[in-house]
Amino acid sequence: MFHIYCPHCGEYREEEEFHAKGQAHIARPLDPEACSDKEWGEYLFFRKNPRGLHHELWVHAAGCRKFFNVTRDTQTYEIKEVYKIGEQPSFVTEE
Amino acid sequence: MTQKNRLQSGGRIDRSKPLTFTYNGKQYKGYQGDTLASAMLANGIDVIGRSFKYSRPRGIIAAGAEEPNAIMQLGATEATQVPNVRATQQELFNGLVSGATNGWPSVDTDVMGVLGKVGGNMMPPGFYYKTFMYPQSMWDTYESIIRKAAGLGRSPLENDPDMYDKVNQHCDVLVVGAGPAGLAAALTAARSGARVIIADEQSEFGGSLLSSKETLNGAPASEWVSFVVDELRGYDDVMMLPRSTVNGYHDHNFLTIHERRTDHIADRAPDGQVRQRMHRVRAKWVVLATGAHERPLVFANNDVPGCMVANAVSTYITRYGVVPGNDLVLMTTNDSGYQAALDWHDAGRRVAAVVDTRKNPSGDRVDAARKRGLNLITGSAVIEVQGSKRVSGVSVAPISADGKSVAGSVTKISADTVASSGGWSPVIHLSCHTGSRPVWNEEVVGFLPGPTVQKQLTAGAINGSYSTSKALAEGQQAALDAIAALGMKAAEVVLPQAVEVNEGQPMTLFHIPHLKSTAKAPKQFVDYQNDVTAAGIELACREGYESIEHVKRYTAMGFGTDQGKLGNINGMAVAASALNKTIPETGTTIFRPNYTPVTFGAIAGRDCGELFDPKRYTAMHKWHVENGAKFEDVGQWKRPWYFPKAGESMQDALNRECKATRESVGILDASTLGKIDIQGKDAREFLGRVYTNAWAKLAVGKCRYGLMCGEDGMVFDDGVTSCLGENHFVMTTTSGGAARVYEWLELYHQTEWPEMEVYFNTVTDHWATMTISGPNSRKLLQELTDYDVSKENLGFMDWREMQVAGVPARVFRISFTGELSFEINVQANYGLHVWEKLFEHGAKYNLTPYGTETMHILRAEKGFIIAGQDTDGSVHPYDLGMGWCVSPNKPFSFIGKRGMAREDCVRPNRKQLVGLKTLDPNVVLPEGAQGVLDPNAPIPMPMVGHITSSYWSANLGRSIAMGFVKGGLDKMGEKVFYPLADGRVIEAEICSPIFLDPKGERQNV
Ligand SMILES: [Zn+2]
Repeated sequence: MFHIYCPHCGEYREEEEFHAKGQAHIARPLDPEACSDKEWGEYLFFRKNPRGLHHELWVHAAGCRKFFNVTRDTQTYEIKEVYKIGEQPSFVTEE
Repeated sequence: MTQKNRLQSGGRIDRSKPLTFTYNGKQYKGYQGDTLASAMLANGIDVIGRSFKYSRPRGIIAAGAEEPNAIMQLGATEATQVPNVRATQQELFNGLVSGATNGWPSVDTDVMGVLGKVGGNMMPPGFYYKTFMYPQSMWDTYESIIRKAAGLGRSPLENDPDMYDKVNQHCDVLVVGAGPAGLAAALTAARSGARVIIADEQSEFGGSLLSSKETLNGAPASEWVSFVVDELRGYDDVMMLPRSTVNGYHDHNFLTIHERRTDHIADRAPDGQVRQRMHRVRAKWVVLATGAHERPLVFANNDVPGCMVANAVSTYITRYGVVPGNDLVLMTTNDSGYQAALDWHDAGRRVAAVVDTRKNPSGDRVDAARKRGLNLITGSAVIEVQGSKRVSGVSVAPISADGKSVAGSVTKISADTVASSGGWSPVIHLSCHTGSRPVWNEEVVGFLPGPTVQKQLTAGAINGSYSTSKALAEGQQAALDAIAALGMKAAEVVLPQAVEVNEGQPMTLFHIPHLKSTAKAPKQFVDYQNDVTAAGIELACREGYESIEHVKRYTAMGFGTDQGKLGNINGMAVAASALNKTIPETGTTIFRPNYTPVTFGAIAGRDCGELFDPKRYTAMHKWHVENGAKFEDVGQWKRPWYFPKAGESMQDALNRECKATRESVGILDASTLGKIDIQGKDAREFLGRVYTNAWAKLAVGKCRYGLMCGEDGMVFDDGVTSCLGENHFVMTTTSGGAARVYEWLELYHQTEWPEMEVYFNTVTDHWATMTISGPNSRKLLQELTDYDVSKENLGFMDWREMQVAGVPARVFRISFTGELSFEINVQANYGLHVWEKLFEHGAKYNLTPYGTETMHILRAEKGFIIAGQDTDGSVHPYDLGMGWCVSPNKPFSFIGKRGMAREDCVRPNRKQLVGLKTLDPNVVLPEGAQGVLDPNAPIPMPMVGHITSSYWSANLGRSIAMGFVKGGLDKMGEKVFYPLADGRVIEAEICSPIFLDPKGERQNV
């Protein structure tokens, strides 16, 4: 069970208080109508499944109800950092 | 029966406190301080079960958690039955009742011998796959026999009368294991002021020191143990947990400890006491001081009762004052094994031989054996054991220097006990739980904990550091490392002086050769609990299994409650040899939680019975109970389902409720509907983005129905939202969808449109909601309010604030029944008062309470959907015939718009929601029934859609149904057939889902 630091509450809390919301940094296209079916399909359905660093969206559902981002290693389950919506991660995989 | 194997003195048992216990229906005596296993050995009980596959008699092999055979069924009554308890870990108490798990119907003369004798051929490795797959029809028969024979124990048939609980804990340092390493670590950490938890699975702290004759500072080691325990007891911030197994090491240093608080006292926990407790610990640092298990050697017939692990022999003698036999043969590859022979000899019984696989052993213990004049046979091995229910003798032969073959003639030695030692395996289980792969160490001849990302330190035998002085030093160092990492100041601890023992080089040997090939030699057991033999592993390798993970699954090695504690390394060594690889090349399987079995009671804790799941009640719940409601679970809500009167069937009650509502007035407790308060200058725009329809012009005092879709265009919730003020709305959601919708609104606001000024708050529980519905509902409401609720003053889809029954209320004129209908919302604590007032005034109108079932029928008569029943995440508004609820011309591309325009969403022949009338009006279609167009088509028939809602409508005097049909909206009047599992084929006609009052005249009054 994870121990997650909520950047809004400023505290470590148990995983039970949070909901995982999938891959982070997936912005809704500003003009959906301009998207082809393929592009919209990418936005809707296609997600990364990396072995290693993964940027995830979480919400402190049973706490402050705020969303935030987590950089997590999917192999070791280490949480490398948490950062607020609109901020960028400092841990990134070199591609 | 006397305790024929009990010594007159010695051990940590209390001979002044005799205890009586029962095993397989017979009574025996033991002492306070015994385990069930030591007491059984004291009484000379040799056979404690039958083996899993071959039904061979088995005895006690070990003295701790690694015991594979002595798995008992405990419990004096049906309700207190506990399966799968290791006799080696169960403390004896007066009146303990135990029985063998395996060996149905009895361990001495068992029917399973039949299968066992056949079993040689019948159950080779992979027998599940090979033998029992065919014929499939026989599987049930096979399974029941196997299960009965497999020694899985049985669960009680009555409720567990005891109480269990769970505790959440935090600490600076969690020390796992209270042997020399663990105690040194705990003492150092505690003295430095850290918050410490130290847990050990045994009843006493001390670990290996409890069963050793070692001295520390020149005094018995137990004195140092007492000194440390006393000091630890004095710290407020130290929690000491004996009888507590750390069973799981989970992510982010979260560990679970299973504490058995009263299992050592009686069959049931004493009044008011918790039997077991699960500690859920978040530790800043963990020190694993879990020790090592001695490996038995693999040789022919090494499972005959009387064959034991060398160290266990020492433990029974030293700690429990029990010598488990008369004539001992010890076989060892290393010096530490000698201790068993020394202790045996010192207890005054005969050591028949010490067989050392090494040619020229040397070391302090070897010298001690020589000094005692023991019969030392070097460069040799016990290649086979004689006996069936007890060892009667052994065959000893010289072996080659590499240990791979027999290199001389066989000598027979008579003995009743064979102790073997193949060295030690560090207990690395916990370190593997979070995915760390163990690393082979040549010097230790074992796997050590691998690299980990956990805040984990290790000390003592788990590192292959087997001497007491090393264990003490490593324990202290681990604590110092943790203290430094925590930024605390380390306190001084002077470690006691241990006596160094000189040891010679051990020999790396696991599998003892035989005159015959492994396949032809008598069985050489690797994993006793799963009856896996060396021959079986070799066969698996020959059959092409090269990965150790596959070998494990094919042979079942390391399965079950055993988790490979004794057998894993030996099994890997046999596989490695068969594959011509080294052990590190072959690799290891890893261990998973739990280390030893955990009772369901401890896992459940107090979360059972009434407290299994939180329950949500509406403000009127008490009234519903008093008026005989049957309840239905909607999420955690308890909602009235229907209100039967005396003698009524469910259908009778529904018919009455449905008719009363349409004929006069009915009332529904709708408090569970999700309610979200939305405020801010951008609230209106936000609604326009999340609903499919238009919200720009909704005036204050007005209500509107809305549909919500995901970005994929599929409907996921619906409800009515009302305008309370220019920048203030209240949204309602489905009862089950409230939390999901709320989180979804926040998601879009916080991540996509943070610039919008809008605030959401859940107000579901703040309001009690009651819906009165039917032609007399207005008259009833008017009697309770001064506000004019006439058609002119409170039109359809209007809402107003007013006093109802003397309290402030919001009244919404909306309708889910198609009748004239008012939804009265009052502050929740006024709910019951208003509800009762309505009944006071409603008696003359035959005001009839109804529940969710009648609500479902009434709305289906009108063709209204229920999100989640008539939708399943694969239908968009047009599929539902609800295109009227989509405003594609809104300026902002609302959520779902682009999704429902995808190619697949606009193709013809999608499944569409329609009404369905059965040809026979008395037949009610089952929900979920699949429709076909041609009932005579060959199987598999092409299916065109399923029934989502189906009821008997008392108002219409016939059945009604809603369901999906491919292209259904263009197929009005056509036929669909529903072939059912019982052979019937029900014919239905496609129609509009609005079965009643299509023009909406009933509510337009
Ligand atoms: Zn928070």
